[in-house]
Amino acid sequence: MANGVLKFLTSAVFSVTAMVSAAQAGESIVLASTTSTEQSGLFNFILPIFEKSSGIAVKVVALGTGQALDVGKRGDADVLLVHDRAAEDKFVAEGYGVERKDVMYNDFVLVGPAADAAGVKGAKDTADAFGRIAKKGSNWVSRGDRSGTHAAELRFWGSAGVDVKGQGWYKEAGAGMGPTLNMAAGMGAYTLADRGTWASFKNRQDLTIVYAGDPKLYNPYGVMLVNPARHPHVKKAAGEKFIAWITSPDGRRAISAYKIGNEQLFYPLSR
Amino acid sequence: MNGLSLAFSEAFSLLAGFDHRVAEIVLLSLQVSGLAVLFGTLIGLPLGACLGVGRFPGRQVLVVLLNGCMGLPSVVVGVVVYLILSRSGPLGEFGLLYSATAMVIAQTFLVVPLMAAIARQVVEDAWRDYEEELTAMRFRWFDSVRVLLHDCRHSLMVAVLAGLGRAMSEVGAVMIVGGNIDRSTRVMTTAIALETSKGDLPLAIALGTVLLGVILLLNAVAYVLRQWATRRYA
Repeated sequence: MANGVLKFLTSAVFSVTAMVSAAQAGESIVLASTTSTEQSGLFNFILPIFEKSSGIAVKVVALGTGQALDVGKRGDADVLLVHDRAAEDKFVAEGYGVERKDVMYNDFVLVGPAADAAGVKGAKDTADAFGRIAKKGSNWVSRGDRSGTHAAELRFWGSAGVDVKGQGWYKEAGAGMGPTLNMAAGMGAYTLADRGTWASFKNRQDLTIVYAGDPKLYNPYGVMLVNPARHPHVKKAAGEKFIAWITSPDGRRAISAYKIGNEQLFYPLSR
Repeated sequence: MNGLSLAFSEAFSLLAGFDHRVAEIVLLSLQVSGLAVLFGTLIGLPLGACLGVGRFPGRQVLVVLLNGCMGLPSVVVGVVVYLILSRSGPLGEFGLLYSATAMVIAQTFLVVPLMAAIARQVVEDAWRDYEEELTAMRFRWFDSVRVLLHDCRHSLMVAVLAGLGRAMSEVGAVMIVGGNIDRSTRVMTTAIALETSKGDLPLAIALGTVLLGVILLLNAVAYVLRQWATRRYA
């Protein structure tokens, strides 16, 4: 009796696994990436193109860059596509990843209430824009989640010479880009967003882009294979195929072709 | 602000248009949570019944612990199961993370305490009524548990429905161990969280309405079944 129950249970578990994997028969890799690439709709657009040509299904787990790198360190993903150059280089240097390759870039935009109480619209550069917000003490919502955008934001505060620790106007959301934008919209606060998420974000309310275009706001994405020497189960061949494709002319064309409205969201980096 | 009315019209068109993607997501939600509740029933109900009937030292502490675990935060369960199933964790070699199986495991951990706690209360109340009788009939406690589980089966339906409600509505655990992967581990709640992240609040509420509809439908079916069963066998 107990044996029969056990058999039934095991088969039930395996059947659900089978049902799900049957939907995507063949090879698959886990790609740990950022919320910005997933939520902007880029993956929904380019991955079917890759899957069609290679027969490899790509399962995207969208996290902040810091968390994605963590998942890679633990060996829970095959490939990473993230945007925090310093952290990526460290990841490879420590032997967790194999060779980082440039993929594409977009840029960060400073968004805030249309009334722009801090006068950011007239800023002469990024540091000045951040300085004006701090000087006015306007509400700011930070990702606060060790994501690539969070790392960039902290660099910009540093370059503006502002210490945000303990400031009443500085709110750490500890959340992804979308929830952070939802908060900023609700509070009429300023925040830093990547252009992709901003373009596909629908609950803008009174928010608008108040500052953009400084070359310092450049936001490059890199791709790397999780080191198979450290994690032998990593799907090396399939992962390398994906990396080769996304950095190839075909991959670059697919990235360029993705648009919301008439706006191109990501620009491939040719090497 | 017409956000809510917009949401409901969107929900209606989602249902009326029978969106194939939404149907797939609903189906996966039902499979994952249904299996978790099945395991919850097989593990939780007997566990709760044993605790309701048995008399042993430390029982009261266990009862309090079990009741407390009804409030187990789903995120915590998610993180713990993640660490166990991670490639660097104790069960890493099975590569279960980011699969439907991982979601079933996490939700089973969530519903077992809830279902066991409710079963414990139901069976303990029944035990008070039948204790003399069952003892007089020289039932061993193990047999009493079986008899009471059978006798209380209609009341225990509440435990099953509570487990189902909890499993279908939680987002913290499945998000972490499933990864919300499109066409693979995306269920209703993680889809709602994703649309909220995108700021598409009407679609989020529309999906939420669909989820609520599914849960209501399941409860209605359970209710009708119970009515039918009591009329037939009572």
